[in-house]
Amino acid sequence: MEKDTIAAISTPIGEGAIAIVRLSGPDAVEIANTLFDGNDDLTKVDSHTIHYGKIIDPTTKEVAEEVMITVMRGPRTFTREDVVEINCHGGLASVNRLLELVLFEGARLAEPGEFTKRAFLNGRIDLSQAEAVMDLIRAKTDKAMNVALKQMDGRLSKLIQNLRQELLETVAHVEVNIDYPEYDDVEEMSNQMMISKTKQVYSEIERLLQMAKQGKILREGLATAIIGRPNVGKSSLLNALVHENKAIVTEIPGTTRDVIEEYVNIRGVPLRLVDTAGIRETEDIVEKIGVDKSRQVLKESDLILLVLNYGDELTKEDMHLFEAVEGLEVIVIVNKTDLNQKIDLDKVKQLAGQRSIITTAIIEEQGIDELEDAISHTFFAGELDAGDLTYVSNVRHIQLLKQSLQSLDDAMIGIEEGMPIDLVQIDVTRTWELLGEIIGDTVQESLIDQLFSQFCLGK
Amino acid sequence: MTYDAGHYDVIVIGAGHAGCEAAYASAKRGAKTLMLSLNLDMVAFMPCNPSIGGPAKGVVVREIDALGGLMGKVIDKTYIQMRMLNTGKGPAVRALRAQADKPLYIQEMKSILENQENLTLRQAMVEKLIIEDGVCKGVITETKAAYHAKSVIITTGTFMRGRVIIGDLSYESGPNNQRASVKLSEHLEELGFELVRFKTGTPPRVNSHTVDFSKTEIQPGDDNPRHFSYETKEAILNQIPCWLTYTNEFTHQIIDENLGLSAMYSGMIKGTGPRYCPSIEDKVVRFHDKPRHQIFLEPEGRNTEEVYVQGLSTSLPEFVQREMLRSIPGLENSEIMRAGYAIEYDSVVPTQLWPTLEVKNIPGLYTAGQINGTSGYEEAAGQGLMAGINAASRALDKEPFIMDRSQGYIGVLIDDLVTKGTNEPYRLLTSRAEYRLLLRHDNADLRLTEIGYKLGTISEDRYQGFLEKQSLIEKEKHRLENVMLKPTDQLQQIIEEAGGTALKEAVKAADLLKRPEMKYEMIEQIAPAEIDMAWDVKEQVEIQIKYQGYIVKSNQQVERMRKMENKLIPANIDYDDIGGIATEAKEKMKKVRPLSVGQASRISGVNPADVSILLVYIEQGRIAKVSND
Repeated sequence: MEKDTIAAISTPIGEGAIAIVRLSGPDAVEIANTLFDGNDDLTKVDSHTIHYGKIIDPTTKEVAEEVMITVMRGPRTFTREDVVEINCHGGLASVNRLLELVLFEGARLAEPGEFTKRAFLNGRIDLSQAEAVMDLIRAKTDKAMNVALKQMDGRLSKLIQNLRQELLETVAHVEVNIDYPEYDDVEEMSNQMMISKTKQVYSEIERLLQMAKQGKILREGLATAIIGRPNVGKSSLLNALVHENKAIVTEIPGTTRDVIEEYVNIRGVPLRLVDTAGIRETEDIVEKIGVDKSRQVLKESDLILLVLNYGDELTKEDMHLFEAVEGLEVIVIVNKTDLNQKIDLDKVKQLAGQRSIITTAIIEEQGIDELEDAISHTFFAGELDAGDLTYVSNVRHIQLLKQSLQSLDDAMIGIEEGMPIDLVQIDVTRTWELLGEIIGDTVQESLIDQLFSQFCLGK
Repeated sequence: MTYDAGHYDVIVIGAGHAGCEAAYASAKRGAKTLMLSLNLDMVAFMPCNPSIGGPAKGVVVREIDALGGLMGKVIDKTYIQMRMLNTGKGPAVRALRAQADKPLYIQEMKSILENQENLTLRQAMVEKLIIEDGVCKGVITETKAAYHAKSVIITTGTFMRGRVIIGDLSYESGPNNQRASVKLSEHLEELGFELVRFKTGTPPRVNSHTVDFSKTEIQPGDDNPRHFSYETKEAILNQIPCWLTYTNEFTHQIIDENLGLSAMYSGMIKGTGPRYCPSIEDKVVRFHDKPRHQIFLEPEGRNTEEVYVQGLSTSLPEFVQREMLRSIPGLENSEIMRAGYAIEYDSVVPTQLWPTLEVKNIPGLYTAGQINGTSGYEEAAGQGLMAGINAASRALDKEPFIMDRSQGYIGVLIDDLVTKGTNEPYRLLTSRAEYRLLLRHDNADLRLTEIGYKLGTISEDRYQGFLEKQSLIEKEKHRLENVMLKPTDQLQQIIEEAGGTALKEAVKAADLLKRPEMKYEMIEQIAPAEIDMAWDVKEQVEIQIKYQGYIVKSNQQVERMRKMENKLIPANIDYDDIGGIATEAKEKMKKVRPLSVGQASRISGVNPADVSILLVYIEQGRIAKVSND
């Protein structure tokens, strides 16, 4: 157990209804109690109870905040240490002040990932759970929260364990053949049996990877670009989406580009409107469309909202846009239906092909529902529900799953090339090890290093 | 009252498979060595099956030979049959196995040891160790002789408080009715050793004149036998076959009806037996649905009529053994020469040993072989060799030699024993080796000869021969990497006959050899090497080129392992000071005292989170040290 008490803001930096400052360590309760003015003495209350009161600035004796304080005593806590969570009003100023007071009373500012590290070091969670916790912090919407929670339950662990069991049984079978070559007790594992086993596991991993893509979107948001000629209504569209859905404006500090990303939650699908600064400030994206950089932005987008003007004929630039988004996920928006029609809708349909076309008059607030339907449909194919699936939503997991596939691929190639089964088995065993790394069964030191440096502040 | 019987560098207690290798290696290294056996007619006696080698074990014999040990040489001179197993599989799991002529094996081994410089053989029963200031300094025999030495190796096999059990008969005994070693076992207990009771068993032997082999299937040896020792040049002619028959429902019925009389089931046996080598009553009980079990009939030598009934290990009473045997085709009229029996014995919990096989709490004392909880002649011999090497190192003030898991099966064996311990008699399996492809029987010399040479157990002559072989392999591989083969009619025909697809264009000889259907001889027909090479050079070239991809991958794995292996744990580490490590893991690590993080990670009960914490802790310590400086 650690000797000092750490503290950090454990909610995302930005505007929210509430914010939480968390303390963990032997003096967590004492520190909170020193600042707390309420009906209860926090050092005497039951564990896992919540208490209303005020935070008093010890130097000015003024009321600093109105708070709810949760007291959780170890070891039944996230870090297995005494943990206190102070819920205060959202807003950077108030939460920062609260943190300062806590630090003033003797807590130390937590290093990045330190809560999780303590949980991990105190044997509270395994690796995949630790990483799921990380994703939990990053989760931007309720749905993503669900996925993160499920992963923490060890659902992914269970799935992976099942796959490993399958492989282990296959490997064991081969081993018996090798160590007891003269015994007729065990059927000889044939290449045929081996290939059917590997194929089965292969498709399971593939399925996990497909879901991983959706998991990533849930966590990071669907990277969405709005493109169109000047004056087709991009800004109005952006504002409409943002205002309707309470955008979280997040400034990401420390990056030289000072990019502003906007998150909006559309029917459970988190949208990350990328490079919106570009859309806002420069109307010349159309002119730049030929430029590689713009193409790059488009390529990195999960979804493109291509806006056309109902009151205008299709132009060469529009055609260029269609070319530029070839092969990408696109929703075509024909905006400004409040104007007289000049656009050739048949031509638009022809250009759009299989893609959905939504007609809107954003200024009149028309067609926005349909657009939101289309976005939700694009992601969930209209029926997928995150609640039913275990998503792999962690970059390291995805990497390991891909390596597992590669390893199984090698095994299958070996079988096809007529390699002896005990050599083919080397790749099967490797797959088993790789899958083990996901749930922390074969830890490498580099993994630990990477894991802890990757953690963000707070939980 | 004892008398001073002499001073040695190394004393080996026991002359079984571990003792012989230990004494020989020690003497070869120049240490003045004494080998004490309680019966000098039983040097390297095989109390159980008359065979040496097989999967994993066969590789151990090759490794022993590559390090200058004896087992391979002796069996090559005394086999009655030689077979290569797993020939249908890859090179890594091919395994050589010999049927031994038991009496001849003893003679041959004893003769070599008797003529070895620096080595003294003596018949004696050791009762006590001489311990001074916690360090082992010699032994005392029951005849009150005190022998002094810098290192002592105990290789007493299944003799320690041995107890033979047949049905309800039970008596104190070593294997084959030899004297049990009781006092030494008690002495070890007094010294604070943690001992555990294990059990093993052996089947009855029958007289070959009373066996009708016509009712069984013949199991002949190989026409062109391979050998264990790299020094063996000549094959033994006139191999003797083994025979295969099966139990049947009548056999099983007899066992079922008499199960209550089996010492295994009556509760008489307390020791833990090996799962991989079950008694016939175990097999029948656990696999009740199986209609028959294989029984191999193995002659025990050329000049004996005793036949070992492999597969029928039992502790049932003698009359049931007879009835059981007679229900088996070919054995209807068989006469038992020796009855099968179970034997219980004390063994040392091997986590009390360092990877050198030295006892952690008693410097100068080593244990090797079945006493360490293993089973099998090869496992014993491998440990004996390593204990002999390290005991001599200590006596001669030289560096110890620890074989790691990527260097040989012997390394795997010893690491498993001292790191994980064992809950049952330990047997090597190929699956215990994670770098199996690198630990082949064909490359044991490439892996270990250099080390043997440096240790002084490999002769100059043999080393020079080895260097030449190594250079020929490299040259030939290089040539094949550079020779282009044109798709001539002759080559296309060779490929077609091998069942491959025709070439479209010229290829490198090495690339063609990588095709599964291609063999070195085929390439040789088209593009022969300038110099004549021995078959084992060609074999190496073919294996190394053909399986290059897999070999590279295995090497990468070894690299990963080495990283953890090179993270040493400070000797003075205080595990109680590390927060967050599970109590079980803490206790295990305190006991095993792993030398590296790699070794720690292999301790059962130490989970990855514990290893991570250990890493962080050591890393912190290192950082703290640096900043203090």
